[in-house]
Amino acid sequence: MAMRNSAAIIFFVIVAIFIILGLLSIHPFGDTSDINTSMDDHIIQNTQKETGADNGVTAVVFDYRGFDTLGEATVLFTAVAGVILVFRRLNK
Amino acid sequence: MSGMSKIVKTISATILPFITIYGLYIIAHGHLTPGGGFQGGAIVASGFAMIVVAFGSIWTMEKIKEKHLSIIESLGAIGFIGLAFFGLLFGAKMFFANFLVKQDVIPFFNQIGQGLSNINTAGLLPLMNLAVGLKVIAGLFAIVLVMAYATSKIKEGTAK
Repeated sequence: MAMRNSAAIIFFVIVAIFIILGLLSIHPFGDTSDINTSMDDHIIQNTQKETGADNGVTAVVFDYRGFDTLGEATVLFTAVAGVILVFRRLNK
Repeated sequence: MSGMSKIVKTISATILPFITIYGLYIIAHGHLTPGGGFQGGAIVASGFAMIVVAFGSIWTMEKIKEKHLSIIESLGAIGFIGLAFFGLLFGAKMFFANFLVKQDVIPFFNQIGQGLSNINTAGLLPLMNLAVGLKVIAGLFAIVLVMAYATSKIKEGTAK
């Protein structure tokens, strides 16, 4: 038990160091001068022309980033399969 | 007699069609208005979860088995990834290519115009929304139904 606790503390410290380093390197709030916005500019200006969809979010989710949605659907499928598998004995 | 009182049963059976229609509207207009397959499917599945709460999971399990829900969910998944693989054959010949983008998705359904703000636009997006919507409806309903049924079986003491 003591070993698990010390391992948890070590992992907590490592994760906290990474989070603090990330927070220190973040840009000031509202300062957009040094951000590369070419991707979202392209999506905002060309979504209707390229996909014909008015809803830019759906266009990004199902067209520009369809592979990510495939992973999302796989996660849902795995969750349903796991729940049905776990409760299979009780549902007989 | 499983489930809640007669008032709750009547009210929930009355408003279930409206919840279902609203969720299907969210799915069908996923490429035009806020929402989409996931959100509309969650709305419809929450309506069915209300039926499970009101009528009891044992009554609901007599009407629809989780096997059928699993089949519907798998059909949605197969439709989604099948549409993605059809992109390898037509158009830009890529995985997830939107090969229907400049054409009518549903033929003979273009009386209401060809422009934007038309439900018959956006190529593959409505079909993918439909597939994902089916998947989310059946998946969430199956999760709620299976867990509620197992709980009531344990409460009855008839679980093996």
